[in-house]
Amino acid sequence: VTGGAVLQAFAMVSEPATLIAMVLAGLFGLFVGAVPGLTATMATALLVPVTFFMPPIPAIAVMVTATAMAIFSGDVPGCLLRIPGTPASAAYTDEAFAMTRKGQAETALGAGLVFSAVGGLFGTLVLILAAPALAEVALNFSSFEYFWLVLLGLTCAIFITTDRPLKGLVTLLLGLLVACVGLGNPAGHPRFTFGSAELTGGIGMIPMMIGMFAISEVIRFVVDTRPPAELVVEKVGNVMKGQWELARKYPVQILRGSTLGTAVGALPGAGADIAAWMSYAISKKFSREPQKFGTGHVEGIVESGAANNSALAGAWIPALVFGIPGDSITAIVIGVLYMKNMNPGPTLFTTDPQNIYAVFLLFIAANLIMIPLGLLCIKVAKRILHVPRNVLMPLILLFCIVGTFAINNSVFDVGVMLLAGVIAYLLEANRFPIAPAILGVVLGGMLEENFITSMIKSDGNLAAFFSRPIAAGLAVVTLLVWFLPPLLRMLRARRAVVPA
Amino acid sequence: MKLNDAAFGLLLVILGAAVLIGVQGYPKIPGQPVGPALFPGLIAVGLCIAGVLLMARGWRHRAEQHWLRWDDWVRSPRHVLALLVVLGSVMFYIVAADVLGFLPTATIILAVLFLVLRVRPAMALPLALVSALLVHFGFYKLLKVPLPWGLLKGIAW
Repeated sequence: VTGGAVLQAFAMVSEPATLIAMVLAGLFGLFVGAVPGLTATMATALLVPVTFFMPPIPAIAVMVTATAMAIFSGDVPGCLLRIPGTPASAAYTDEAFAMTRKGQAETALGAGLVFSAVGGLFGTLVLILAAPALAEVALNFSSFEYFWLVLLGLTCAIFITTDRPLKGLVTLLLGLLVACVGLGNPAGHPRFTFGSAELTGGIGMIPMMIGMFAISEVIRFVVDTRPPAELVVEKVGNVMKGQWELARKYPVQILRGSTLGTAVGALPGAGADIAAWMSYAISKKFSREPQKFGTGHVEGIVESGAANNSALAGAWIPALVFGIPGDSITAIVIGVLYMKNMNPGPTLFTTDPQNIYAVFLLFIAANLIMIPLGLLCIKVAKRILHVPRNVLMPLILLFCIVGTFAINNSVFDVGVMLLAGVIAYLLEANRFPIAPAILGVVLGGMLEENFITSMIKSDGNLAAFFSRPIAAGLAVVTLLVWFLPPLLRMLRARRAVVPA
Repeated sequence: MKLNDAAFGLLLVILGAAVLIGVQGYPKIPGQPVGPALFPGLIAVGLCIAGVLLMARGWRHRAEQHWLRWDDWVRSPRHVLALLVVLGSVMFYIVAADVLGFLPTATIILAVLFLVLRVRPAMALPLALVSALLVHFGFYKLLKVPLPWGLLKGIAW
């Protein structure tokens, strides 16, 4: 660590423009997270057209702050309406609402806020410690290691994020196929362009993501036939009361939730929502009072509330070091980084360390301003929850159209956005997971490039893929994830048959 | 709209086969073991395998899985209309923005969407106009995105 670079990073982050951008992004994130049907990923997608016109550091500041706030504020409607504001709050929405019913809405909201910040800071600490060390190792990686690493990431996305690996595999393959379109392949041959000039450049990643994460939500809103939920709380009191006692009562839970959240976040494809579900389940399993879970007990909220925010920072570890997104949000962020010529990868840590330190500082700052901004959000929660969504959704639709157009000034991209939104809606309605598709699109080029380079280097000899120690290790892990579960199932089935 | 897994499987097999046929014509690169056809070819094989597995699963569960099940909104004309207007308005923007210009197109889209989603009629048009002007100001003036003027070219500001 060089002091000069850290000072430079401080200077970049403390520029007034960056700070103002952070506060505005924070308010935007809190709003988006608190309105049911608008997610943190959607907040990121909607911010892309705006960040497109910013220098890299404020652009990253905007995305980091907005997502951290949105993941917290998703707790607010969960607690007050029993509707999670973002999928990351879904794991403990029933629990939080049960607390509200018992007159403990303040404690539930406060725990969500305080331990979100704690989890976020923990994840940031791991990011600061792990990312540079990993980058050092990654500097020695050749195409063989990268090939296996990307394949391992995609494998995780299928097996860890979904309970239906087959459907995850399908969306992953579709994403990879989309990434094949255009001239951008090692041979420079136009593939699947059907003679269209627009398609030779490939299908735009940003229009596709705006479609998949924003348009699909607009569609879901207009076909939603459920009646609107009723607000049960008229007034929310002091939410900070009793939080210190909770921190002293549940230190193990906080640490466990943050650790698990960071790890799940760092795994490609699995983000804050999966982290929260897993943490809530673990919290219940190891609790001294598991019977209280589901009746309005704060323990699970403390643990999984810390987990979902720590996952955000964790997702940035593989994103910055390898260019492999840890969740859907960082998938979008990577797209933005490429547009800003700040290509992720280990060299980012050696050539421009000040940029990396600035990202670290932004994470710390975002999690610190979460407390005051979050308190403000809880104060005005009633107003936010009463925002007429029939006015909001058309505005979001228009914003998506203009934002997509703004990236390349092309209406072709607007068509891509619409198609991607419809496909994402249909896939999700049929319980196909979306995250693997996004990873396929983002990583398809990288996977092919490293595969082809390795094949050329080894002259088509597949054994070369296992000849370097780290590559072989990654290969073994990847293959185990694929083949161990069915093997175990077969063994178990046989054992079940033998005694009979 | 929920489709049986087997139907999805069939679609995937067709897609995979089409890709496999499509990549046959791709050039070989002299002196190299791999060409531009290999990677999409492997994906296509994967799609075919996954498709067959999905078809098998759909067939196994054919008793409890409908071939096609519509969600509740299909029986509600209001929701169907809203969906059609959402999809139609993006298409309308694509074809009309250059001719009519951004401001008229956006105002029409917003006003129609507001009405379909039951915003009070007296509010819908003014709200649509003001919103369109604000978005235009933000993107055209602040971010310098060349949004088309269309009909309003003469009075562009």
